[in-house]
This record gives sequence, C-alpha cells and structure tokens, in this order.
Amino acid sequence: MEERPAGDDAAALTPDEAVDEAGERARAIRESVAVGVATAIYGISFGALSVAAGLDVWQTVFLSLVMFTGGSQFALVGVLAAGGAAAGGSAIATAAMLGIRNVVYGMRMKPLVGGSPARNVLAAWITIDESTAVALAQKLPGNARLGFWLTGAIVFVGWNLTTLAGALIGDAMGDTRAWGLDAAAGAAFLGLLWPRLKRFQAGAVAVGAAVVAAVVMPFVMPGLPVLIAALVALLVGWFDLFDRRRRA
Amino acid sequence: MTTWHLILIASAATLALKLGGYLVPVGFLERERPARIADLLTVALLAALIVVQTLGAGQALVVDARVPALIVAAALYAIRAPFIVAVAAAAVVAAAIRAFG
Repeated sequence: MEERPAGDDAAALTPDEAVDEAGERARAIRESVAVGVATAIYGISFGALSVAAGLDVWQTVFLSLVMFTGGSQFALVGVLAAGGAAAGGSAIATAAMLGIRNVVYGMRMKPLVGGSPARNVLAAWITIDESTAVALAQKLPGNARLGFWLTGAIVFVGWNLTTLAGALIGDAMGDTRAWGLDAAAGAAFLGLLWPRLKRFQAGAVAVGAAVVAAVVMPFVMPGLPVLIAALVALLVGWFDLFDRRRRA
Repeated sequence: MTTWHLILIASAATLALKLGGYLVPVGFLERERPARIADLLTVALLAALIVVQTLGAGQALVVDARVPALIVAAALYAIRAPFIVAVAAAAVVAAAIRAFG
C-alpha cells in the first residue's frame, strides 16, 4: 500500500473556484477504481509470502481482514521469516511502528468521514495509504468522502480475495525458496518504499537505516536490526536533519 | 508465544492505532515534528526490512540470488512498472539464478 498523500493537498479540499462538479465526481470514481484495483492485486504477493514465512492460510487471511494495512502485514511475516518465533516481539513492534502513520491519516480523515462511533470504527478499519491519498487528492469534500469509502471498499474486498488466492498458491508451491519468493519479499518492501523517496531527507533516512541494519545484523537477534535502524528516523526527524527544502 | 498470539497482538496494535486517529483530539500528530517522525519512521523501517530480507541469513550477511533480483525490481520501479510486476520479476530472477546458476 504505497501511495503517500501530500500533506498540502488538504487545503485543496476547499473549493476556491467554480469546478465542473460532474466531471470532478467522475474523476474521483475513476481514481478510486484505478488505485483500488492496482493495490488489491498485490495481495497475491502478501498471501504467498505469508505462507512462505510459515503462517497457515487462516492466519494469513486473518491478517488481511483485521490488520489490513499492507506495510505492517509484510513486515510481520518478513521478520518472522527471518527470525522465526524467537523474533516474535520484534515482529509485533515492527508491524505496530509501521502502523503509526495510520494515526496521522485518521486525524486527517476524521473531519471528512467520521461521525457516529460505528462509522468511526468502519472508517478507521479502512484508513490506509490508498484511501487517504485518493481522498486528499479531491477538490470537493463530497468527492473526498466518496473517494475514501470507494477506494477503501475496493481495496478491502480485493485485497482479501487476492490474499486468499496468494496463500493457496503459496501453499501449493511447496519449496518457496526454489520459486524465488524470498527474493520477492525485498522487492515488495522496495515497492512500498519507492513512492516515499521523493524528498532528499527521506532518501537520507533510507540509506542511513539500511546501513545501520546491515552493520548491526551480525551482532543482534534477528528482528532487532529493523528496530535499531528505526532510531535513524527518530534522530533525523527530531532534529530535522538533511532538510534541503528549508522553510521560507 | 504461538503464531496466533503474535498475530492477535500485532493486529490489535495496528487496529488500535487506526482507531486512535479518530479518537484522540486533533492536534498532536498534526504538529510538525511528530508528523515528520511518523513519516520518516515508515521510510527507515522499510529500508531496513529490504536489507534484512535481501542480505540476511539468520544473523549472517550473505550475497546471493536475492541481490540481482532486487536490482531488477529497482530498475522496474524506476520505469514505473506496477508493484506486482516488479515483485514477480524479482522472484523469477532469483529462481532462475538458483536453477541455472
């Protein structure tokens, strides 16, 4: 789940000029379907990787239904694949930390799509990169709401179906290493990272975290290198280092 | 801790975070520093996961078929190939190197 909403787009939700309302609505629907379908398809890779990591089909399906946030799901099974049950604590911590961005998304979406407690729970459940990004890309609040719910619903249904398909395929494959599935995991994380590297600061953090993970790997338990590397983000983020886009 | 325990705890944590955004008063993470750290945290974790998945073998660092597979995936992302295509290509490259290498 990769597309990252641009924070500045929130301002675009207030219509400041006459816009073609029917056209805008059609655009919101088109974007929701395009983003939703593209995202849902790669549930296949999650399903297959999860089974390759040692989870069974039910556990894999449960993650897509309940956790339903791709980065955390890939992280959980990735850390378990690398470290086994002994890395359980690290796997949980990594998945949870990757879920922190959803708090930010929820805060941005609440005024648009929140309401009764039941509505909030439903909205929170489908608050992910894609539903937030499509909503924030709309000019009119009504279309933002439409984009959020439609994208979220398409990804939810599609992601769960493709997860099941991927898990069954992975299950039938047997030796997943011979099929190169262990290499697919790195490519999956790279795909999640790629759209986030537009700013220099993000690139610097990515390189720093990668180096730290590699350096500490031989000395600590599997699972811990990822958590230690997260300190790079804390350090750079706290002091706002490597910011080439100085505020005016 | 069984695998189910792990899954339940991790799912509860991520779901609670999602709900948190709708429950806590607006403000905290909208401030610049927390929002920036939350953003960069995602980047750091993903970058570290790439290294662990591509070079890790237990606690050892090894260079094997996964490295060329990742390079192919990166090239495909660079030309804006879809996620699923790059991931599948990485698997095919690694499998082919192991089969014929």
